[in-house]
Amino acid sequence: MSEKLNTPGYDVPPEMQDVVAITTLDKIYNWGRRYSAWPMMFGLACCAIEMICTAAARFDFSRFGMEIMRPSPRQADVMLVSGTVTKKMVPQIVRLYNQMPEPKYVVAMGACASGGGPFKEGYNVVSGVDKFLPVDVYIPGCPPTPQALLHGLMKLQEMMDTQSIKNVRWYQKEPLDAIPIPILGPDLLDPRDFPQFAEKMAASATENKEA
Amino acid sequence: MYGKGILKGLGVTWKHFWDTYIDDIKWGKKRYHTEEGIAYRMSKDARGLFTVQYPEERLPTPEEFRFVPFLVYDEDEGGEQVIRCTSCGICAKVCPPQCIWIERSTNPKTGRPVPVPAEFYIDVDICMNCGFCAEFCPFDAIKMDHDYELAVYDRLTNNIYDREKLLKPAAYYDGIRPLNSQKEFDARAEKEAKKAAAKKKK
Amino acid sequence: MTEQTKTMHKDIEARFAGIIALDDRSGYEGYRVEAEKLVEFATALRDEFGYDFLSSVTGVDYLPDEKMEVVYHIYKSTGGHALVFKVQVPRANPVVPSLVSIFPGADFQEREAWDLFGIRFEGHPNHKRILMWEGFSGHPMRKDWKEAYYEADAKPFDARWPGGDVSRSEDKMVFNKNVAYPQDFTPENWTPEGETALYSGMQNIATDEDLQTEHVVVNLGPQHPSTHGVFRMVATLDGETIVKLEPVMGYLHRNHEKIGERNTYLMNIPFTDRLDYLSSMSNNFGYVLAVEKLLGDTTHIPDRAKYIRVIMAEFTRISNHLMAIGALLNDLGAYFTPMLYALKERELILDIFEAVSGSRMMCNYYRFGGVARDLPPGTHEMMRGLAFERLPRQIDELDRYLTENEIIRARCEGVGVLTPEEAIAYSAVGPVLRASGVPYDVRRADPYSVYDRFDFDVAVRYHGDVYDRYLVRLDEIRQSIRILQQALNGIPECDNCLGKPRYSMRVPAGEAYGRVEGPKGELGFYVVADGGPNPWRYHVRAPSFINLTALSKMCEGDKIADAIIVLGSIDIVLGETDR
Ligand code: SF4
Repeated sequence: MSEKLNTPGYDVPPEMQDVVAITTLDKIYNWGRRYSAWPMMFGLACCAIEMICTAAARFDFSRFGMEIMRPSPRQADVMLVSGTVTKKMVPQIVRLYNQMPEPKYVVAMGACASGGGPFKEGYNVVSGVDKFLPVDVYIPGCPPTPQALLHGLMKLQEMMDTQSIKNVRWYQKEPLDAIPIPILGPDLLDPRDFPQFAEKMAASATENKEA
Repeated sequence: MYGKGILKGLGVTWKHFWDTYIDDIKWGKKRYHTEEGIAYRMSKDARGLFTVQYPEERLPTPEEFRFVPFLVYDEDEGGEQVIRCTSCGICAKVCPPQCIWIERSTNPKTGRPVPVPAEFYIDVDICMNCGFCAEFCPFDAIKMDHDYELAVYDRLTNNIYDREKLLKPAAYYDGIRPLNSQKEFDARAEKEAKKAAAKKKK
Repeated sequence: MTEQTKTMHKDIEARFAGIIALDDRSGYEGYRVEAEKLVEFATALRDEFGYDFLSSVTGVDYLPDEKMEVVYHIYKSTGGHALVFKVQVPRANPVVPSLVSIFPGADFQEREAWDLFGIRFEGHPNHKRILMWEGFSGHPMRKDWKEAYYEADAKPFDARWPGGDVSRSEDKMVFNKNVAYPQDFTPENWTPEGETALYSGMQNIATDEDLQTEHVVVNLGPQHPSTHGVFRMVATLDGETIVKLEPVMGYLHRNHEKIGERNTYLMNIPFTDRLDYLSSMSNNFGYVLAVEKLLGDTTHIPDRAKYIRVIMAEFTRISNHLMAIGALLNDLGAYFTPMLYALKERELILDIFEAVSGSRMMCNYYRFGGVARDLPPGTHEMMRGLAFERLPRQIDELDRYLTENEIIRARCEGVGVLTPEEAIAYSAVGPVLRASGVPYDVRRADPYSVYDRFDFDVAVRYHGDVYDRYLVRLDEIRQSIRILQQALNGIPECDNCLGKPRYSMRVPAGEAYGRVEGPKGELGFYVVADGGPNPWRYHVRAPSFINLTALSKMCEGDKIADAIIVLGSIDIVLGETDR
């Protein structure tokens, strides 16, 4: 495929060959993604209502190509994390994210999804979905008004415009690792933290012995 | 007749469909991208297409609208910033999710507190836009902003607003909340007058 | 208290002399009942005295006295004030007999008290955690239980002012130092027990049919387009018929009550907005009423403020019911068009909220002793336009559009039936109760604010099915419009009579239960004050949570596809269900 694109009919210096073809391709690629970013129908809390309002008649985000909300992660491109991420829910959120096909984007809508929000101090609340998922756009507000959400989505589109096939993370040589699903133990545990956790347990054990 | 209800319902949908075209003919170009067009679509008579074409069109923000807070400063004759905030800490105390941090400044010589905040932080990832800070500030120094276009790519570096980012001129405040600022201005003037009168009596 | 209830109370005291004692702490009301005699007492109350509606059950942790208390609020379904009774048990080993056999509506509430307080209910048929997961360490609402980001017992926190040492709490406390892990705990070997327990309870249900068929267990949610958020149901199916259904919740448990006990009284107002986020004004109303009861200054509220409160609450009811109807139709498969029409009207109501209170959804508009500010110029005309012209017209249109649609009728009639007796027993409230033929509306049964000045009917329907619940909502919108028209005509004018709200006040010690008829039903706030700046106990009696108790009853025997619309017809909001 790239070979074909690399024969445009005039001389391209050998060291430039990749780059030229890819930029044209990037444009098409970005254009395609930009206008067909389907969000997942995935509401968590209060912000979800504003998300529904944004999808409804008055604000209508299908004007931006976000045509319909897909209830299945398999058909979605954008995960709008709209609301408080609780510890009980976070394993499911991570699983849903893992099930989404690439390219995929995450938008943290509202204070809760960005950083815990007003409920941050609660015992069942995760301080922001970015503790687990890579977030592309953060939209402050509690809740962000539909217009603020639209602004955030436009920011996402702007970001898509700057991406290049060459360096987006899903077209690298190695396959992307799925994000490990957190565990609900006595408290929420992230498998990526297990080594540190073991250290901590050992430290507290020695502490107890000494005491 | 079976199916009558469905037909009736379809009639309603049909009417909704035509309403837009009827309105388009009635209003012509004025229906879109004009202030009166938006006002019509927000009014009780709105019919047909309801969409506000953000970002080209925007819903007007009502005066009371609140998003994240900001700090108001006046300008004195020399063009210097005079921050209204005296760092009394009332907003930090009433803030329900406790997202305001204020560092009081002290006079380096005497060590006494000076009524200016040395630093003022608001974590907008916690802020619940409730407006208590603005409601209870006795100096009209912290107010709720109308700007909602705050989306960012990185929250760790952006979303704890510091004093620089929070400060906005009083003229801006007067612009977004004309009625409230006038009211507060009058109240302050009255207070001043009373104070002056009390001084005279002495 | 009326004369009649007084004599009634005399009768009760006489009947149960020796078993019950008047609660004599200052500011408290009701009776104390011995734990052993609780079942006997409750049965007699229901059968002999007509107190058949157990509205609220909740625990309170009296740490200084080393006591756990369970508080019951019980009503008559014909109206009137509450009868409050309490059971006190030692804090070290709190065991209380369960009332589920007498009042099935206590089911979820008792499970919640077990989950959050660790009070065991002897005889409860399904004694499991409900909001947190099985295996979670401790019972978080206990006063000596501290969460990971614990800073201090009460707000405001010292770190905020005057030092201003800003930080994110998760950076400070990486590994949740307050969590107690068992000594031999290794995360690699941990298997969550909750799921297996849940599923094993759902399998192997014996049916007495001759033909033995295999049952299938189906899980719906928490991510499912028709569960209105993060709600989950696990159903055992025989073919397509539901044999057993169990709701699973807690996926949006945001620790509202724990945070609420750390907040000052004022700070809780914006938090109540986020309970039932479709009707924040009503939530404010209920909470404000409860605290005003404690303050004892209900009389000082200016008339204009009372009218504004009623107007806002009724607009909220309309916008909530519009959303409920739209979502129900969505669940039925009428994908989005009815929802769009309903949301359109809702947007216009939200415009009013935004102009009046500053925010579309999180209004934060009520204050103790009034409202935050007077109506801004121009809003009165907006409201008149909606209440007198637009809404009546559009509701008629919605009615024409949907009510007689044959498909809707075929799918909704006779589905999810709840008889009046069941509805009362399951403590169902709001449109669910009224669609079953019980004309119980707090606005009438126990009037608050100025509702007694308005002329309106309590909407009732008699079949108790999904279709009737839809019709009741439609009727209620019409009644709300009637109230709005009267209120907008009668609202008194006055300049600057609303006063300036205070941010600190002294709330005398005592307890209060304030309830309003929210759009989803009776919304109650139980607040215990100890004289300090923040409530000692703050409990929300959430209508969507308690209405769910009846869900499995309604679904059993129906098809799995009907479970979705039965859920839609209850009209839950997860923010309130899970709190
Ligand atoms: S940010 Fe605010 S509105 Fe959004 S989910 Fe959190 S509490 Fe609700």
